[in-house]
Amino acid sequence: MRRNFWTGSVLKPALWAVFILTMALAAPMPASAQQAAPADEAALLQQLQGGPVTGRVSIPDAKSAVLIQPQGREWRDTLNGPVKSAGGWLLVLTVVGLAVFLAVRGRIKVEHGLSGRTMERFSGTERFAHWLTAICFIVLGLSGLNLSFGRSLIMPLIGPEAFASLTQFGKLAHNFLSFPFVLGVLLMAVLWIRHNIFNAVDIEWLRQGGGLLRKGVHPPAGKFNGGQKVLFWLVVLGTIALAVSGYILMFPFYVTDIAGMQTAQIVHAVAGMVMVAVILGHIYIGTVGMEGAFDAMGSGQVDVNWAREHHSLWVRDAQARGGGDD
Amino acid sequence: MARMKFLCDSERCIECNACVTACKNEHEVPWGINRRRVVTLNDGEKGERSISMACMHCEDAPCAAVCPVDCFYRTDEGVVLHSKDLCIGCGYCFYACPFGAPQYPQVGNFGSRGKMDKCTFCAGGPEADNTKEEYQKYGANRLAEGKLPLCAEMCSTKALLAGDGDIIAEIYKERVSRRGYGSGAWGWATAYKSGTSA
Repeated sequence: MRRNFWTGSVLKPALWAVFILTMALAAPMPASAQQAAPADEAALLQQLQGGPVTGRVSIPDAKSAVLIQPQGREWRDTLNGPVKSAGGWLLVLTVVGLAVFLAVRGRIKVEHGLSGRTMERFSGTERFAHWLTAICFIVLGLSGLNLSFGRSLIMPLIGPEAFASLTQFGKLAHNFLSFPFVLGVLLMAVLWIRHNIFNAVDIEWLRQGGGLLRKGVHPPAGKFNGGQKVLFWLVVLGTIALAVSGYILMFPFYVTDIAGMQTAQIVHAVAGMVMVAVILGHIYIGTVGMEGAFDAMGSGQVDVNWAREHHSLWVRDAQARGGGDD
Repeated sequence: MARMKFLCDSERCIECNACVTACKNEHEVPWGINRRRVVTLNDGEKGERSISMACMHCEDAPCAAVCPVDCFYRTDEGVVLHSKDLCIGCGYCFYACPFGAPQYPQVGNFGSRGKMDKCTFCAGGPEADNTKEEYQKYGANRLAEGKLPLCAEMCSTKALLAGDGDIIAEIYKERVSRRGYGSGAWGWATAYKSGTSA
């Protein structure tokens, strides 16, 4: 008689033992798998706490596997809320502040009058670096501000078609001029970094407010005073922030994903607006704010009396080297 | 007037990608641009679901809110469209859109963004209906011909529904009550204020 393997009296209890053990081990598994993997929108969004819902796509564009990215809402609220309102107020208050300062303090004159004798303050190379940066910055700043505020300020005046053409041109200019701008800042950094190390003289200069607030006060300064050194480092650091965030945006998906680009855009907008405010102050003091200041970057030749009042240590050193007068 | 909406019933979507293909063919969408795509969640695992996603034509459209040149507009039927004449290809709508709908052909300098392209709910653009200009920029205008979006029309399992929001929500609710479960109408909570709680 053939013995049935499965109903064999020896194997039967052993098989039951294995079966019961397997079930006991496997039982919690389907339950936990179902808990971990419900493709339910509300539950999944809550589980991801604002992060993107990502799956798999069969098209070759891997980044389209992000199904929903709720953090776009935060980006929108940050840009259209605090960034634009704080940035807008910063710029308005800067302009108003400068106007009030001009009204109260007036144009800062050369106290001892112009001597008629000049000395070289900035060489051709230095002025080239400055104006390369400056011209690029003006276009970059205006096109950037247009991107943030043009829709509410300029579009109602000139209509959507003209405004779109203007903004399209602004975008092109913004992208292309970023390269010479960064080059200009790099050049200035190389030329001037050794003159921009802070020392005790600068601390004293800053403590006295640079003598800006009261007539007849001229704290000593080298080639660059404390204020100019602050400006130098703001420009260098600001440009690093703007360049890194800007090139991330200009080359989408080369370096970061969408969350990185959202952060980069906020950093770019904030750094840009702060830079515009800082440079407004710089333009003011270099032109209408102070007599004789523009010549430094204009012709490169400054009046000796102006130089003695504002950069006494630099004049002393220049004359000691045998340069300077005439 | 009807408020047009999309609804993807992920209990029915079989990831056949017919909607994607239909869209590309109907509008002659260029290479590299996908106005619609199918994303599979939990691929190969328990609870796997596929969802066909495109522009959801949101109520409070984030793209329109952030566009620096204000190139978006809504039709009377709630379809969110944009003007490629005004678009400058800045990418802001892509940062803001929860659904990754805006697409950019790489025609800009440094391989950066050209003018944005997205799902039009088969409703064309600002040009006169069914003109050559409209077709070249935005694709077919089926709504003007009295037809609904081709992706949903082509859907073999009727997972993807397109049309009057009230009607498709009703269809979905009926399905959920008959089969006794549903994993939600994907994107509705994000795109529209009124959900489909059933």
